Amino acid sequence: MVNNVVREILAHHKNGNLISILKEVQDNRIDLSKDVMMDIAKSVGVSFSDVYEIASFYSFLSTEPIGKNVIRICKSIPCFMKSCDVVIKAIEKELGIKPGEITADKKFSFHLTNCIGACDIAPAMMINKKRYGNLTPGKIAQILDEYK
Amino acid sequence: MPEKRVVLKNCGIVNPISLKSYIENDGFKALENAIKMTPTDVIEEIKRSGLRGRGGAGFPTGIKWEMTNKSVSDEKYVICNADEGEVGTFKDRYMIENDPFSLIEGVTIACYAVGAKKAYIYLRAEYNFLIGVLQNAIDQSSEYLKKADVEIEIFEGAGAYICGEESALIESIEGKRGEVRYRPPFPPTEGLWKKPTVIDNVETLMNIPRIMTEGADWFSNMGTDRSKGTKVFSICGDVEKVGVYELVMGSPLRELVEGLAQAKDVKMVQIGGASGRIVPYGNIDTPLSFETVLGAGGVMVFNSTRDVIEIVRMNAEFFEEESCGKCFPCREGTKRMLEIITRFAEHRAKPRDIKALEDLSETMMLSSLCGLGQAAPNSLMDTLKYYLSEYEMRIR
Repeated sequence: MVNNVVREILAHHKNGNLISILKEVQDNRIDLSKDVMMDIAKSVGVSFSDVYEIASFYSFLSTEPIGKNVIRICKSIPCFMKSCDVVIKAIEKELGIKPGEITADKKFSFHLTNCIGACDIAPAMMINKKRYGNLTPGKIAQILDEYK
Repeated sequence: MPEKRVVLKNCGIVNPISLKSYIENDGFKALENAIKMTPTDVIEEIKRSGLRGRGGAGFPTGIKWEMTNKSVSDEKYVICNADEGEVGTFKDRYMIENDPFSLIEGVTIACYAVGAKKAYIYLRAEYNFLIGVLQNAIDQSSEYLKKADVEIEIFEGAGAYICGEESALIESIEGKRGEVRYRPPFPPTEGLWKKPTVIDNVETLMNIPRIMTEGADWFSNMGTDRSKGTKVFSICGDVEKVGVYELVMGSPLRELVEGLAQAKDVKMVQIGGASGRIVPYGNIDTPLSFETVLGAGGVMVFNSTRDVIEIVRMNAEFFEEESCGKCFPCREGTKRMLEIITRFAEHRAKPRDIKALEDLSETMMLSSLCGLGQAAPNSLMDTLKYYLSEYEMRIR
């Protein structure tokens, strides 16, 4: 049984571009579970593996459940040089989860990422589509409060 | 040579959300000039300017356009590569944020020159916050796009460094995994949906309106023999003034690092992101050009407190995560490289590990399918050359 939201998304992606479809499904807070990917594969007329190989390739798509708010904090060299490690620790402490995990209430998931091109405001992170820069451990609680 | 703002001339001057402001600063004059000329004459002008691709590879832009123009097909495409993913690089982001109209004008002229009616701007997922300013520029420019019979669509990436490689990027727009293609055929003969395609970097396309306003001679008067015009750099790391700067090609690295960015106590500089070359402080007067060292324009500065091996290890980790996995020299090579360099980082390397790294690097450079695997060993090879003792003291 195809989820109604998924059906609507499929209806306006007539060209069947799987990247755009999967992104939109995920943006609508539907996890890319095996069942959802099966439904998409059937509707588009491709195999399950065709869908899975895309969902598992791109870092903004996830085959694991993700939080309502997705935190992506940069761990690349320019942010590392500005002590992103202590900011990462502060997020772990504030949320009680490690990178790659999701909070019990599913409000947050938290991922380490490679360079997000925000080196001029390092250390930097993205929460959903918003960027935060010049981070310090002291700023984390207040930023995350906006999303709680 | 001080900073020279050619590509950046509108940044901080033109209001990025106002077409009117762009027009007041000579906006769309270049397009008006171009559409009075034949496409072949436009291409000739770009060829004469000596403009080369700013994404790192430095292919002559005019020749790429000419090849695409001459390919016989009912459909052709122009793609703007805005998948700026090289570590420490943010100049394309800065230019899109501050002057999206120049990019739109450059894309439109490219379409007119090669005979494409449709263009895509492939924007990396991490830059999705720029969609608003970019889409606004496209919408406000609709009258000009119509004049050239061009439609521009933004395609948002989904997070993959490899998609900055042109053939992987094309796969991604087609909705597939971003895996590189075997070449030939190259995009000018067979690109997006197997149609002739021009794919150019943001900065390359932003040079186009300048050349079509001021002329090829003006442009080719700047720079060195084989590197014409200017180059935009983003600089970060151990510097006082992080930022985006533009210099005439051939300017010494010192001007950027110690002059504009005011770095002190410099140990080494990496030019071109994780895949870039390492320049030790002793070579700080190296000119920045295609003939010497350039890359895509991301510059990272390291002072004397930084650990060379840790920097190389982080570069190796980056490539191990970002390899697309299609060809085994890169898929396996990046993994083994990280394994061995980690032994150095943890002071438990074996005497044969230096030779192993050299052999592995050579194999990857010679046999990887694309630039990712070919360039992944760069910082390793350069540091083995300049900082061998730092490796040797970690052998047990």
